[in-house]
Amino acid sequence: MITIIDYGVGNLGSIQNMLQRIGVPSWVTSIAEEVKKAEHIILPGVGAFDAAMAKLGQTEIPDLLRERAAKGYPILGICLGAQLLTSKSEEGTLPGLNLIEAHCIKFNASAIAPLKVPHMGWNEVSMREGHPINNFSNLEMPPRFYFAHSYHMMANEKFVLGSTQHGNSFPSILHDGNILAMQFHPEKSHHYGMQILKNFSDWKP
Amino acid sequence: MIRTRVIPILLLQNHQLVKTTQFKNPKYIGDCINALKIFNEKGADELAVLDINASLKKKPDFKFVEQLVGECFMPLAYGGGIQTIEQAQQLFSIGIEKIVLGASAHEIPTLVTALANQFGSQSVVISVDVKKDWLGRARVHIQNGKRNTGVDPLVYAKRMEELGAGELIIHSIDRDGSGSGYDLELIEQVAPNLKIPIVALGGAGNINDFAKAKQAGASAVAAGSLFVFKGPHKAVLISYPTPNELKNLNA
Repeated sequence: MITIIDYGVGNLGSIQNMLQRIGVPSWVTSIAEEVKKAEHIILPGVGAFDAAMAKLGQTEIPDLLRERAAKGYPILGICLGAQLLTSKSEEGTLPGLNLIEAHCIKFNASAIAPLKVPHMGWNEVSMREGHPINNFSNLEMPPRFYFAHSYHMMANEKFVLGSTQHGNSFPSILHDGNILAMQFHPEKSHHYGMQILKNFSDWKP
Repeated sequence: MIRTRVIPILLLQNHQLVKTTQFKNPKYIGDCINALKIFNEKGADELAVLDINASLKKKPDFKFVEQLVGECFMPLAYGGGIQTIEQAQQLFSIGIEKIVLGASAHEIPTLVTALANQFGSQSVVISVDVKKDWLGRARVHIQNGKRNTGVDPLVYAKRMEELGAGELIIHSIDRDGSGSGYDLELIEQVAPNLKIPIVALGGAGNINDFAKAKQAGASAVAAGSLFVFKGPHKAVLISYPTPNELKNLNA
């Protein structure tokens, strides 16, 4: 059972739809008592860093996520939800959840021109071998996913599970133990998205 | 490398799929949900749904949008009737990826900034509908092409970028439904002068037009007729290019 955290920002409907399609039970909640018991957690998010952190900050969810993380339960951040798992972002001034040793910076539009910012569209993710999340047996490689973001995560290489080219290479999947942060939208990425969400739901870190 | 997105545009009237010519004479195509399912199966990069009724009523039909989202495992942009932050909020929580603003971006410029601040600029798309006036000057039009704002497309586009828009659909009204190719001159005039991505729309007649629009500076290409009609008599047939057919575009 996947628990999708509802804190007032995010594309909850589409994540749930895709999980339903691949036969993975899930539900959406904002109730602290329920998050306390969650075993597979997805933290979604669309929008601006501070707006989302401010909303989260009005709830007990940050503490509960830390508690679940410390107990080893898998947590997946998607898009802005991934960025919120880091310590901070150039997009805002509020601190992040700091569940993974990373921070977020803005794409340098003039350095990567004529490529555009936001980085928006389908792009390839080259993933490190061996992680259970990296299992796309029946699909054409490399996997490709849908991105839509102006800021991206930065971290020490040991935390980088997947990277993507947009001007320069940037980390598109971070991991640290039971924490996973995906910059792209698996719930909007057809078969590749279905597969990676399936992999997450089967994952027992 | 980022791939050039190929985006079917689904125009809705009374919950049905229609297609216009130069923004007029909507022709009934079929059931919208069915079309969406087909684009899903064919693995379309992204879809945009524009609701004519909602624009007139200045209010999205959330129930209907929710039905669409349930069928969609690709990014879905929605345009039609969005006037407030609350409406946008509701659309995002249903599962819409991006919202498309038309007249409201012109009439309530602060809305563009407020939406970008709250939801991130990548989720705010502005439709820039362009028609030549009687002197042959390209001008931005609003309200389904009925009202001329008198503003030059590049000036308008730059203004929208500054307000916080994350993407612009440059839509040629003159080419809508014509199949005569994109207005490349218009794309060349706008795209290189902006940091944000441009989607070319209006006039795509075949798959080769995509590469031309990309060459002119478009980051993505969109089309209506091309994906719903087949042959000289415009028989209704929903189609989408195969990955193989799109290989050259992403080479």
